[in-house]
Amino acid sequence: MRLRTSNVLAVQATDLTLAYQQRPVLWDVDLDVPQGVLMAIVGPNGAGKTTLLRTVLGLLRPAAGEVRVFGRPYAEQRRLVAYVPQRGSVDWDFPTTALDIVTMGTYSGLGWVRRPGASERSRATAALAQVGMQAYADRQISQLSGGQQQRVFLARALVQDAQVYLMDEPFQGVDATTERAIVNLLRALRADGKTVVAVHHDLQTVAEYFDQVTLLNVRRIAAGPVGKVFTDENLRLTYGGRVAGIGGPTNGTEHEAHL
Amino acid sequence: MTSAQIDVLLVAVVVAASCAIPGTFLVLRRMAMMSDAISHTVLLGIVLAFFVVADLNSPILILGAALVGLLTVVLVEVVSRTGLVREDTAIGLVFPALFSIAVILISSLAGNVHLDSDAVLLGEIAFAPFNRFAPFGVDLGPIALWVMGAILLVNLAGTFLFFKELKLATFDPALAAALGFSPALVHYGLMAVVSVTAVGAFDAVGSILVVALMIGPPAAAYLLTDRLPRMLGLSVVIGAASAVGGYWLARLLDANIAGSMATVVGIAFILVLLLAPQRGLVATARRHRRQRWTFARQMLLIHLATHEGTPTEVDESRPDHMQRHMRWPPAFGNRVVQTATERGLIVLENDQLRLTPQGRQAAREAAVR
Repeated sequence: MRLRTSNVLAVQATDLTLAYQQRPVLWDVDLDVPQGVLMAIVGPNGAGKTTLLRTVLGLLRPAAGEVRVFGRPYAEQRRLVAYVPQRGSVDWDFPTTALDIVTMGTYSGLGWVRRPGASERSRATAALAQVGMQAYADRQISQLSGGQQQRVFLARALVQDAQVYLMDEPFQGVDATTERAIVNLLRALRADGKTVVAVHHDLQTVAEYFDQVTLLNVRRIAAGPVGKVFTDENLRLTYGGRVAGIGGPTNGTEHEAHL
Repeated sequence: MTSAQIDVLLVAVVVAASCAIPGTFLVLRRMAMMSDAISHTVLLGIVLAFFVVADLNSPILILGAALVGLLTVVLVEVVSRTGLVREDTAIGLVFPALFSIAVILISSLAGNVHLDSDAVLLGEIAFAPFNRFAPFGVDLGPIALWVMGAILLVNLAGTFLFFKELKLATFDPALAAALGFSPALVHYGLMAVVSVTAVGAFDAVGSILVVALMIGPPAAAYLLTDRLPRMLGLSVVIGAASAVGGYWLARLLDANIAGSMATVVGIAFILVLLLAPQRGLVATARRHRRQRWTFARQMLLIHLATHEGTPTEVDESRPDHMQRHMRWPPAFGNRVVQTATERGLIVLENDQLRLTPQGRQAAREAAVR
């Protein structure tokens, strides 16, 4: 399915507000993601980045606001959205193989009861190959390194054949090989006209890896093309003055933003 | 064997198999203690349903038990969702409350009914052959076998049909939700199955043994395999074998059958814990020992390689200096030197340890890693 209708945002969340026990986690947040871009969501710990992704996915119910995917409510467009959760959100001692995890991405096309067959397995194998993990298909998932586990998760999202990919810290704790593999994958997705929204922690690489950025700290501080909004001023507003000099040479305080 | 013995064994095997299947998913979901709670609180469902239908053999009892099993799960979630109490504490609060209500109801209102709390806790599988299913006077075997057989069939069919959903919702509930498979539905479905299985089983074997059969075999199987279908199969086999073994142990000791079965489950788990080929304690200890020797040998080689051809070489390569330098006890150091010599990695010449070409190669490889 090609959804190339112009001017329709891939993801549009309006006025999202969400609170845990009266404490606002998201306060009137908009998220506007044009089609075919790589967008980073950046902000300090507790800024609500993961909450924002999970709300877009309908995993959390907001107190106010709505989410549209290609102009229609998320519930109708579920199949167009793939999710890559944080690696630590699942139990990697689960008794199964890398290929089996990737095959899970095909389940939505199967519906209840029907089992994955040869075609689902071959799609999963192809997705594993796309992230350079075909040699590990039959490996028990706890025997994979952190970076390899992350690539398995990415393959699982690829196999969903979605239009929008929501990723929660895909670069968290991965080795250099995996980081390169992920960057190449993001670019391949963009070249295919897909849209990626990723929570990202490393401020150094935002400009290199992404086209657009949303700066978030409970409220949306700024959003738009990286060149325009990823400024020292906006970062100070987001991180509360703890970050200095992203554009220039690095200095010590900057690392606080990675914590 | 008498036909009564065969009946008891059949009931025991069927009970063990039906418990092992939902138990596997409880273990993987880290909800083992929920089986303890449910296997006790279902008693309340039985008592309440009994007041309605006044028939101890009515299937309504199982329905009542399943509902109270689900109520247990819901209450535990309500209490733990307040954020003021952890989940394990919530289980410890909810299940004694529901269970004690059942005990009070039985003791004060149903005193003249054949429903006593001893039988609930320990069960009496030895009586299973005497309670027979005989519609129109035709003897079709023990009722317990029919009830548990039906439950086993439901568990097998449910696991077969919803295998993919159970696996997905257990491994990654968020993805399950995102893909449109309600993890809550899977969760409560599984809990209903646990409740029904617990009711059917505790009539035969008592609630303590239900817990043993639900958790012990899957916990052992988890150490033996890293594939879910095999874990399910092994759980069933270990559970059934323990049930049979427990029966014979009880005969041998003239002891309570259910208690003996639970004991054998425990022994089976301990054996697996010790002897499992990859993850067992013995295999792990062996692996660590081997790694310790390998590491010590590599330290020796790297040390020799570092000082090879330097002015301090003469001092640095004397065997006694080596042991002081590495802080090895003499016996251990001698063993390291000896095994390295046996492998042709070093030679002793004029009280000096020298690397052989293979030893030099091994040192380089070890240092690179």
